[in-house]
Amino acid sequence: MANVDQDDLMADAILSRKENPGVVSLMLNNRAIFWGSSLLFVFVMVAILAPLFTADPVSINPINRLKPPSAATLFGTDFLGRDIFARTLYGARISLVVGIAVAIIAISIGLVLGLVAGYVRVLDAVIMRTMDGLMSIPAILLAIALISLSGATLGTVIVAIVIPEVPRVVRLVRAVVLTVREEPYVEAAIAAGTKLPLILSRHILPNTIAPLIVQATYVCASAMLTESILGFLGAGIPPEIPSWGNIMSEGRTYFQISPWIIFFPGIALALTVLAVNIVGDGLRDTLDPRIARKM
Amino acid sequence: MFFYIIKRILATIPVMVIVALFVFLMLRLSPGDPAAVIAGDYATTEDVERIREQLGLNEPIPVQMYKWIAQLARGDLGTAIFSKLPVTTLIGQRLEPTLLLALCTIIFTVLVAVPLGTIAAYKAGSWIDRFVMLFSVAGFSVPIFVLGYMLIYVLSMQLKILPVQGYKSPFEYGLWEFLRHMILPVITLSVIYIALIARMTRATVQEVLQEDYVRTARAKGQSEFKVLMFHALRNAAVPIVTVIGLGIALMIGGVVVTESVYNIPGLGRLVLDAVLARDYPVIQGLILFFSFIYILINLLIDLSYTLLDPRIRY
Repeated sequence: MANVDQDDLMADAILSRKENPGVVSLMLNNRAIFWGSSLLFVFVMVAILAPLFTADPVSINPINRLKPPSAATLFGTDFLGRDIFARTLYGARISLVVGIAVAIIAISIGLVLGLVAGYVRVLDAVIMRTMDGLMSIPAILLAIALISLSGATLGTVIVAIVIPEVPRVVRLVRAVVLTVREEPYVEAAIAAGTKLPLILSRHILPNTIAPLIVQATYVCASAMLTESILGFLGAGIPPEIPSWGNIMSEGRTYFQISPWIIFFPGIALALTVLAVNIVGDGLRDTLDPRIARKM
Repeated sequence: MFFYIIKRILATIPVMVIVALFVFLMLRLSPGDPAAVIAGDYATTEDVERIREQLGLNEPIPVQMYKWIAQLARGDLGTAIFSKLPVTTLIGQRLEPTLLLALCTIIFTVLVAVPLGTIAAYKAGSWIDRFVMLFSVAGFSVPIFVLGYMLIYVLSMQLKILPVQGYKSPFEYGLWEFLRHMILPVITLSVIYIALIARMTRATVQEVLQEDYVRTARAKGQSEFKVLMFHALRNAAVPIVTVIGLGIALMIGGVVVTESVYNIPGLGRLVLDAVLARDYPVIQGLILFFSFIYILINLLIDLSYTLLDPRIRY
């Protein structure tokens, strides 16, 4: 190593920088991200444009109840004659809103708590023991309890899913902070008298972005699953809102004669969560190869 | 060693205190009037007042806190609003099915996931490796109840080879009937757990296979089977067992759903019944119970490290 020409090294660095294709094209070159986000894009568009494709998801038509899938009703109808196709398309809205909202809120809270825990020694133990305690409460039970105390609305369901998701984010951010603050460039910044806010914003925060984006996709996927489970158990969003969990919950009674009421929303949910998970795995591989190797 | 065990046991106390404190604050700090929410839309003022009285919400917070801690210290998890039975009695009545379901699931999961992950690591890049990776992504994406209903639809309703729902106690109906009714719930509950553990096993074994001692073992002519079993898997044991313990949290959530799909009268059904009846003390008691079990299992796993890895000496 010692007798390698410095100029050669520089030239190599410049060359490799030129060949470095940039984040966006790197992502599009990753098959997982490409297919996952394409699938997700389709679901988002379907959710937004649902009124263009289909009838009213809540209009009741008792004569046509429990009809199997046909040309008129693609996914069949439920026990009130409501169109399952329409309800499934509208259900995508709820799932995506819950998934994205939970991801954003949980990441924001987790980021703040993680930075504090990683930087303020006094609060570290308090925050981390609280997170340990929270983590040992099963997420679904915690969400059920929170909802049964404050009443089921879209808002309380989102809050109830956010709370059990926060500890994992806090742990991740804290781990990144603890690693980065030992780096020579941070020590140099401290030695040079850089103020704490500047150290945080210039050196610590940028290092948390990549792992947090990856974590956000996992939080989003798990939030969509939790939401559907809560709906399915009858502890979620109010039953008059056609969320995937609610549609399937209503289909339980008629499962033996009309399995399509559960299958179509179930497949839609599984595909959406799969798409988010695939994007997450792809991002993990491109954004942070160190974590990727560990998984 | 002895001191480590004591230290580790003592370390679970703050976590348990935080869980208890959190559950306590949840009821007191929730927005609106929890007594009114629990009483429901058609409750009279007297009903709400009666529930508030029963939850002890009329007393000053420090008094409530004192009573709460004293109650938990006696092992009392509270009393159900409607049946007026102690929550511990309710748990005792429903424990057997859940315990057996969980036990079968853990055994099945380990028997499937560990060999699968090991083979995937050994034959990295092969079709079986790709299958394991695909399965672990898909396993995390399919909602557990959708999977359950699909299995019922195909195996019970179309092929008619397994019973649709229900639970048969092995002590009353014999082992065969019990197992026949357990097959679908165990498969349903284990899929996400298998996904988790197979993935972890694959990653850990893959890492261990790069180690020098594995090359040494091969160089001295050890058979590949023995290399995998005694050199690779043994050294990968600690992280794998850790994930098995952490996965228990995942499984507890799954138990509620699985028991509801398959109509198994266990603790998961108790949660669901309590939700439908708005019996908050039961939900609260079950949270404390499940969290306690989770903390206990992970404590035992921590203590088992010394057996798995002789280098770990405390």
